[in-house]
Amino acid sequence: MTWNAVDIALMLGKIVALYAIILTFAAYLVLAERRILAWMQDRIGPNRVGPFGLMQPLADVIKMLTKEDMIPKAADRLLFSLAPAMAAIPAILTFSVVPLGAPLHLFGREVALQITDLDVGVLFFLALSAIAVYGIALGGWASNSKYALLGSIRGLSQLISYELSMGLSLVPVVMLSKSFRLSDIVNAQADMPFIVYQPLAFVIFLVSIFAECRRIPFDLPEAEGELVAGFHSEYSGMRFGLFFVGEYINIIALSALASLFFLGGWRGPLLPPIVWFFLKVFVIAFLFIWVRGTLPRLRYDQLMHLGWKFLTPLALLNILATGWWLALR
Amino acid sequence: MSILSDIKETVTGIGGILTGLSITLRHIFRKPATVQFPEEKRPMPERFRGSIVLTRDPDGAERCVACYLCSGACPVDCISMAAAEAENGRRYAAWFRINFARCILCGLCAEACPTLAIQMAPEMIPSKRQVIDWVYEKEDLLIDGTGKDPNYNFYRHAGIGVVSPRGGNPGEQPPVDVRTLLP
Repeated sequence: MTWNAVDIALMLGKIVALYAIILTFAAYLVLAERRILAWMQDRIGPNRVGPFGLMQPLADVIKMLTKEDMIPKAADRLLFSLAPAMAAIPAILTFSVVPLGAPLHLFGREVALQITDLDVGVLFFLALSAIAVYGIALGGWASNSKYALLGSIRGLSQLISYELSMGLSLVPVVMLSKSFRLSDIVNAQADMPFIVYQPLAFVIFLVSIFAECRRIPFDLPEAEGELVAGFHSEYSGMRFGLFFVGEYINIIALSALASLFFLGGWRGPLLPPIVWFFLKVFVIAFLFIWVRGTLPRLRYDQLMHLGWKFLTPLALLNILATGWWLALR
Repeated sequence: MSILSDIKETVTGIGGILTGLSITLRHIFRKPATVQFPEEKRPMPERFRGSIVLTRDPDGAERCVACYLCSGACPVDCISMAAAEAENGRRYAAWFRINFARCILCGLCAEACPTLAIQMAPEMIPSKRQVIDWVYEKEDLLIDGTGKDPNYNFYRHAGIGVVSPRGGNPGEQPPVDVRTLLP
């Protein structure tokens, strides 16, 4: 395939636009979370900066950037400064395989609304979510603090355990669509979203992405009641900001993937495809916030029990049942 | 543990989670309990000790006679003043100062005051950016009203020969010439 100037410009444009979309979305997801959590607790939430508090993300960024950036004396300086990026980059990279909408016709060529349509998109996503573990592990290790280390150890074992059930819950999706390519998975749901055939896999995937995002009820790596702030206890300023924004980008990325795998991605009647896509992402992101406002944190053994003794066997059974169904159909 | 009881436990567990989710969802649409403080103030009870004011007597004159009792009663020494005397012998405070950065709003000054001049008020003092802004002078403290006892006027009951001649106040008797009591 040869590339000419228009192709390169289109690709750069897509990358820049995607960055802008994700970062804005992540910033406003923080605000949305704070407002919705506040409503759930009969409070109002941040409403001082701008109309309805809409400028709050900007104020937060200014606050983060102007805070003192501290590195503990005993910390491993290189890894300490590397870890936040390692937490945020895989989350952003995940978006490179996400199709945001139906292909457009621009400048006489078909432009897919995704950066790259990898033929192993699902595996790419699983690999990236495995790499995201490094951010937590190194962040906790390099801080040279017992709380951070405890948090990162918890995070490591939790993420590794739940990656298993997350990967296994995606196997039926791949079996149904017969492809690892995300655009093929979306196209396979043209008639019916996979949630209809795979409600169990959807629930397992949902629980696993909650754990992957380290969100309540699985926020043990940062359990603020016990571990100060877990693996990012020692971080301040924009380094903490990167961890923080990485977590929210991760939520958006995983919501996007959940909508791709089970809710039919950008497919839907009446509304334009990209609107459908973001609507589905919003719904799942709201679910994240809703669950955070409702459930208490699990105990550590309960977490491991749920992951290994419940979700993983259930996902395996589900694969078995799906295979059976596909063979007998 | 049998599989059956496991399934039962799972179902009740999921039911519990759904109940919780429905409760939080309902609360989204409820009116928030928040009072947005500086704009919207909660009505305080009448006897709430939120700030200190200097009141006036029913005739509109200052009640304070600069006796220093409030200053002496104050456990944190936040009240200071200088006494002065008018031409008719009536005492007043030349300046009167309360440092609200120190004041603990205990109300001992109001209890100590013989003329009911210094009183606790329910309005709270707003926060300030500079500590010096917390220092309130007499002009800031004086209010136009009489406060808690609207009809009380110290000089109607006491105050030796200042406003009315000695013994001229209600409930008072003219002074006794001690020499007439000699045996």
